[in-house]
Amino acid sequence: MSVAAIKEYTFDSADRLENFHGMQVLYVGWEDHLMFCAPFALLFPPETPFQAVIDGALPGAYSYHPDFAKIDWSQVEWFKSGEPWQPKFDQSLTANGLGHKAVVRFRTPGLTGIEGSCS
Amino acid sequence: MDMKTSSGKKLGLKEKYRHMTRGLDWETSYQKREDVHPLVEYEGIKIHDWDKWEDPFRLTMDAYWKYQSEKERKLYAIIEAYAQNNGHLNVTDARYLNAIKLFLTGISPLEYMAHRGFAMAGRAFPGAGPRVACLMQSLDELRHAQTQIHSLSNYNKYYNGFHDPAHMLQRVWYLSVPRSFFDDAVTAGPFEFMVAIGFSFEYVLTNLLFVPFVSGAAYNGDMGTMTFGFSAQSDEARHMTLGLEIIKFILEQDPDNIPIVQRWIDKWTWRGYRVLTLVGMMMDYMLPKRIMSWKEAWEVYFEQNGGALFKDLARYGIRPPKWLDQISFDKDHISHQAWATFYQYGAIADFHTWSPTEDELDWLSAKYPNSFDKYYRPRLKFWREQAEQGNRFYNKTLPQLCQTCQIPMVFTEPGDPTKICYREVDYQGEKFHFCSDGCKEIFENEPEKYKQSWLPAHQIYQGNCFPEGTDPTAEGFDPVSKVLEYYNIGFGQDNLDFEGSQDQKNFAKWRGMATSNE
Repeated sequence: MSVAAIKEYTFDSADRLENFHGMQVLYVGWEDHLMFCAPFALLFPPETPFQAVIDGALPGAYSYHPDFAKIDWSQVEWFKSGEPWQPKFDQSLTANGLGHKAVVRFRTPGLTGIEGSCS
Repeated sequence: MDMKTSSGKKLGLKEKYRHMTRGLDWETSYQKREDVHPLVEYEGIKIHDWDKWEDPFRLTMDAYWKYQSEKERKLYAIIEAYAQNNGHLNVTDARYLNAIKLFLTGISPLEYMAHRGFAMAGRAFPGAGPRVACLMQSLDELRHAQTQIHSLSNYNKYYNGFHDPAHMLQRVWYLSVPRSFFDDAVTAGPFEFMVAIGFSFEYVLTNLLFVPFVSGAAYNGDMGTMTFGFSAQSDEARHMTLGLEIIKFILEQDPDNIPIVQRWIDKWTWRGYRVLTLVGMMMDYMLPKRIMSWKEAWEVYFEQNGGALFKDLARYGIRPPKWLDQISFDKDHISHQAWATFYQYGAIADFHTWSPTEDELDWLSAKYPNSFDKYYRPRLKFWREQAEQGNRFYNKTLPQLCQTCQIPMVFTEPGDPTKICYREVDYQGEKFHFCSDGCKEIFENEPEKYKQSWLPAHQIYQGNCFPEGTDPTAEGFDPVSKVLEYYNIGFGQDNLDFEGSQDQKNFAKWRGMATSNE
């Protein structure tokens, strides 16, 4: 069912890809670390290699947390839209199947936040 | 010369009301009825007899003006006395004022929107009874907006963050939550508006909004806020009656109305509940002298009172709203999740946040034995220790928002407070994200509406939240300072931690002058 309306009711999405001037939104969430109250919305060109997301954006977003420096990146578990997933680190967001407004989550085994509270 | 009336007798109130709501209505003859009232059918609600509408208050215009002007005189006398006597120095602590900033920016503009909404709904209804009731409520809401702004303008003389609520409502990130809630309601049809605001908000949820703020004001020495609260109270009683009356009237008119109304009750209880997250945070964290916890308020005003209401509505074929299991579980969590959000995004808000004192943490532990020490206390303690070492946490990366309620995706999975709740939908080749099953289902019912959501984080990224003429490609471009300029939030005045703020220093200085000889 769509909208009840007195006449035809169709509009463009406010967040369609073309409104972001060549960039796309990528959401990133760190499991078991709810000190960061919500997943982040980040902005990248679609050709950005996945490794550049990790190296370029995550330290600025997450390094306040004492666990961030302890992450063993070879052990990290990745999820795309909630499903287990293996990124190709040297390939672009597009080649990784990460379109506009895709959600990536990562879990860092052994690290569960401040005093193990998932904070 | 006056025209002589036949009997010479004046009409009684009851007769006046009957004439106003029945006798003075007429059938159109120059224009077709559906052209005069074009919005009354498209939502699918069927009304067969508008005269079945019963308004228990039967208020006439002359009585309305008389009551309201008396209340107005009393209110302004008290506000004046409060201002003359520097009443603002009698509040428990200057931290309290931030609760009132939240009210002025997040709630008062909604009163004005309610004024517009009831005016539009009244215009849309062919029945004179509900039309008159909507007119009066519309006037009440306008009066509430005005009296709130007048009462709180006194604080604007002394403290930061009170200076531009109407502008902020249109722009500031977290204010998109209450704003979009009301925009959603007024852009619906007249019947949905009445179920959304008249019933779900005014009847089911209003006590959770007004009692905490008005009692909070009383507990914390804020005579100004307390007075406008009491002045509005008799109006609220009438609004609640109207809200209940409209829903019974719609349900009695035609059985086909039941599933439509049920869907609106589900939607608007959930939408309203999400907005009330702000109130929960205010009660648990922002009142120096607490009244009760959010959880206790929810249990009294929703679970007990609302439970009785929905038992009563069962005979009309209405069941309690959806997602109540989740709401019941979440009452241990949402206020803490919300405070954590404002604490970390405190650089881009128009009010101050702070680390709760040890006493306050103990109060929260006692009120939330199932959740606070396990999930939230370690976080707050860590932040406080860091702040004491000069490393106060300011999150500088924009959060993901829910497409429907527009709150950052801070809420957790039903039954698991360690996992953020993620929901997504693919619609017309685009992904949309939600904080909950409730917000996802609301989107799925009307995707064409919610795909237009003005999500502040995305709007900043699209370059739409800088002052006119800003060049984001210029050397040294600082997006945060430009966004604050666009919001009209003064950096170092209105935002950041309460500790070290101008409000804190001024309040201490003025109170010192008022209570000692220094």
